[in-house]
Amino acid sequence: MNLTKNGNGKGGLAGARDTLSLDPLRNAWAGAPPVVRWIVYGLLIIGGVLLPSESIGGFMAPSGSDWASMLSTQIAIYVLLAIGLNVVVGMAGLLDLGYVAFYAVGAYTMAIFATKYDWSFWESLVLAIAFSALAGVILGAPTLRLRGDYLAIVTLGFGEIVKRTANNSDYVNGPRGVQGIPHPPSLSEFEIMGVQPLKYGLLDSRPYYYLLLLFIIVAIIFVKRLESSRVGRAWASIREDEDAAELMGVPTFKFKLAAFAIGAAIGGSGGVVFASQQTSITPLNFEFLVSALILAGVVLGGSGNLPGVMLGAAVLAWLPERFRFLSDYRMLIFGAALVLMMIFRPEGLWPSRQRKAELAEGTGGMGSMGAEVAVPDKPDAGPVETLEEGK
Amino acid sequence: MLLEIDDIHVHYGKIAALKGISVSVDEGEIVTLIGANGAGKTTTLKTISGLRSLSSGAVRFDGRDISRMPGHKRVLAGIGQAPEGRGIFPGMTVEENLLMGAYARKEDVSKELAQVHELFPRLAERRTQAGGTMSGGEQQMLAIGRALMAKPKVLLLDEPSMGLAPMLVQQIFSIIVEINRRGTTVLLVEQNAQQALQIAHRAYVLETGRVVKAAPAGDLLDDPQVRAAYLGGASGADLAAASDVASAEADDTSGADDTPEADDDAEEGTSR
Repeated sequence: MNLTKNGNGKGGLAGARDTLSLDPLRNAWAGAPPVVRWIVYGLLIIGGVLLPSESIGGFMAPSGSDWASMLSTQIAIYVLLAIGLNVVVGMAGLLDLGYVAFYAVGAYTMAIFATKYDWSFWESLVLAIAFSALAGVILGAPTLRLRGDYLAIVTLGFGEIVKRTANNSDYVNGPRGVQGIPHPPSLSEFEIMGVQPLKYGLLDSRPYYYLLLLFIIVAIIFVKRLESSRVGRAWASIREDEDAAELMGVPTFKFKLAAFAIGAAIGGSGGVVFASQQTSITPLNFEFLVSALILAGVVLGGSGNLPGVMLGAAVLAWLPERFRFLSDYRMLIFGAALVLMMIFRPEGLWPSRQRKAELAEGTGGMGSMGAEVAVPDKPDAGPVETLEEGK
Repeated sequence: MLLEIDDIHVHYGKIAALKGISVSVDEGEIVTLIGANGAGKTTTLKTISGLRSLSSGAVRFDGRDISRMPGHKRVLAGIGQAPEGRGIFPGMTVEENLLMGAYARKEDVSKELAQVHELFPRLAERRTQAGGTMSGGEQQMLAIGRALMAKPKVLLLDEPSMGLAPMLVQQIFSIIVEINRRGTTVLLVEQNAQQALQIAHRAYVLETGRVVKAAPAGDLLDDPQVRAAYLGGASGADLAAASDVASAEADDTSGADDTPEADDDAEEGTSR
């Protein structure tokens, strides 16, 4: 994980977009034998495991903030959520502005069942994933007939509804939220290099990071397998042209619903870890800002490309913390960085090749929202040349 | 009748786009719908392929009422469409676009792929190019080729000549004739009435959501009203020439002879 980050971070300041082409890297990857790929995967996982170490933390979080807890409470959660939102926005092309709702459903399911019914972390986890997927279906079924910006507005509303419901429901203590959510039971006390990676408690946040790392790896494998399957092809076609997809025999509604449910399930699993690590949650944890930041991470990283969105989310979670010493100016700089980024590299830090081609066409920048932006028809200069070549 | 639409009404909100259109297409025919902008041509096609739902009337295909069948199932039933504006998947390669055309089919599609490559050698050459980076003519070929990948019984074409240079329009139309000669029924929507009437067997003229004329295509080429409205009212000599071409092409026997470029390309394609 950190390998890829460094590989990209270098160029981030160069600005000029053409000098930053990732094509040589992509070609090398496409041509690499499986052994090399597995070695790289292995190195990435080792990198991920070593990430909380002090030496890395010295650079990443110099101003005294705790790097390990920054990783587990911010960065890893954002990365996991970005992987989930990427299924909806990046793969199926549906603009979801209320993604935080599913995160909240996961967290509240954990909170309610662990505090009121004494369910264990793992039992609650399964239930929370099921509930958030169900929430995805419930939101999706009536709204997925809408397209583009209309869908975005409805999802935005859904995010608010979930938050307000939590805020106004006595069952979950309204604005005071739920306290005393148990940590996951410790699986083992074994210790390696000064960490007890399977002992969850208040003192050390590193075990949570490892738990999230596991979730992230599982989510990546799951999503990657989907992407290369018939489901992935169906999503790509929906993202690029929904009507055409239906004409090809793709049951578009069903697949859009599936994207919502899968994205929601991943978001819900993040909520569960968040709730049990914090031990208390309030509706304020589930502001619209979270949806916006995750979405920004997905777009910033390169919507649709898994390494890209992970990078984007990690950068987005990390930057404000890293530059905390700038105090109030940091948000200003953060915003300016996002604007510059979108001017000079609108396809994101690390886009997929397919995505770039879609953007170049003027559609699919953000699923159907991009498609609905009127683009003047290019005069067909091509056909004449085509004919001549053809003869 | 292979495809029959019976007095269909379609509304966009409160506005009626189709006010009772009846069209029938027999197996092996090329039928064309002509008319001005907003006449309801595209809406009619979309209703047949299931992208629009109808408020009343019926669509019957192959003896079955498919009015309530969702669009993606109509593909398997045998309705293929190259949509208006081509609807190419811009980020997918030409090959991936073609394979999407066969998405609904589970069996081996290499035979159809070879056929499409033979009809459109350009597509074989551009196999790995992103669909969105191709020229308008190539995209139209891809849209038609992609629709053929589903082995449709009837092919719905929505303004295949839109935005193309005249030479290219000729080429596309002769390929449509060839596709029909190989056994696929074609329902063609066109603003380019002259061209469409020349290759079609029968034609319907649509005006503001209604069929105002239905006749053999040759008759409409001679019809003074249609000529005035859609064909620019050419002189008698032109008229005779036009209908000659029409009958020659409609005979189907000469379909391939009319397309020297396409044939050359086909040979190139197969020799490779």
